[in-house]
Amino acid sequence: MKAEDVRVCVVRIEGTNCEDEMANAFEMVGAKSEKVHLKQLLGQCDPSLKRSLEDYDILAFPGGFSAGDYVRAGAIFASRIKAGIGKDIRDFVDAGKPVLGVCNGFQILVELGLLPALDGTMSEEPTAALYNNDSGRFECRPSILRNDNRSKCVFTCDIPKGELLYCPSAHGEGKLMSNIPNFVSKLEENDQVVFRYVTPDGGRATYPWNPNGSPGDIAGICNPAGNVMGMMPHPERVMTAYTMDDWTRGHRSEDGDGKRIFTSVMKYLSKK
Amino acid sequence: MTVIDIRIELKKGVADPEGTNTKKTLESLGFKGIQSVKSVKMFEIELDMPEKEALAAGEEYCKKLLANPVVQSYKVTLK
Repeated sequence: MKAEDVRVCVVRIEGTNCEDEMANAFEMVGAKSEKVHLKQLLGQCDPSLKRSLEDYDILAFPGGFSAGDYVRAGAIFASRIKAGIGKDIRDFVDAGKPVLGVCNGFQILVELGLLPALDGTMSEEPTAALYNNDSGRFECRPSILRNDNRSKCVFTCDIPKGELLYCPSAHGEGKLMSNIPNFVSKLEENDQVVFRYVTPDGGRATYPWNPNGSPGDIAGICNPAGNVMGMMPHPERVMTAYTMDDWTRGHRSEDGDGKRIFTSVMKYLSKK
Repeated sequence: MTVIDIRIELKKGVADPEGTNTKKTLESLGFKGIQSVKSVKMFEIELDMPEKEALAAGEEYCKKLLANPVVQSYKVTLK
């Protein structure tokens, strides 16, 4: 598949606020992206605006505070999707198409049951939660992520295992919890751990390098098939050197570290 | 009309920063003898159905939307 043929659906509802950056990030790696309101996918709009999920190659859930974070972060967005286009989403994932959720988007994927989805595509009810940060407050700070995925995740297929990426975090509820026994080791066994928070020299992160207290310092995970990935930090905010923390101190490239995630998924699709 | 109360609370062992912070602030205002503060969320829902059905509906609301079973428990009662 050629880059210019890749169509990205950046889906939003009221309160989503990172859709511009997300759509732009995919444009920067050559794809065609469109910001689509959920109502357009549900058909609750003028017929000329109606969109169908099957016409897209990548689905992206951007960050923000969808539906005002009422009930729980991501819960209302997830419920509306499940009720209206639950089957379409399942088919999209089963077809192996990539799905990305960043920050609130990660919370939505967890509430939808698409992550961690240890036993299949989509669990009936959530089997994990992204819960309040240990600090009890919104954490907006730099994070260093280490790619710990062995080979499965399509969003890191072009990033060597163990490589460190700079990526800003900005969230109040990012602590990944689950009632599944031995949750972290199961994720590790399945190669579902994608990113871990580490210190700048790659060591074990404690607060504030792990901004939320996530067990195993987990910042991002994928589904067992590797085509659905959710992460709390924002790669779409570091697409160029100018938003990297060290850009005035001799940053090594014109690109920002976040771009690696977007080029990876495009490389994966180029082989399709 | 039937009115139900849905009480969502955090499961035992789940940190409650809102409760902890509230306790600290109340104490800083000089209030004494506070053993603990727990944050809970309440929904009051009016329903056009008999009481038994309303309670069952409330349970479904919790399962489908209002509570995440990983961190929260819920109780549905008649008001």
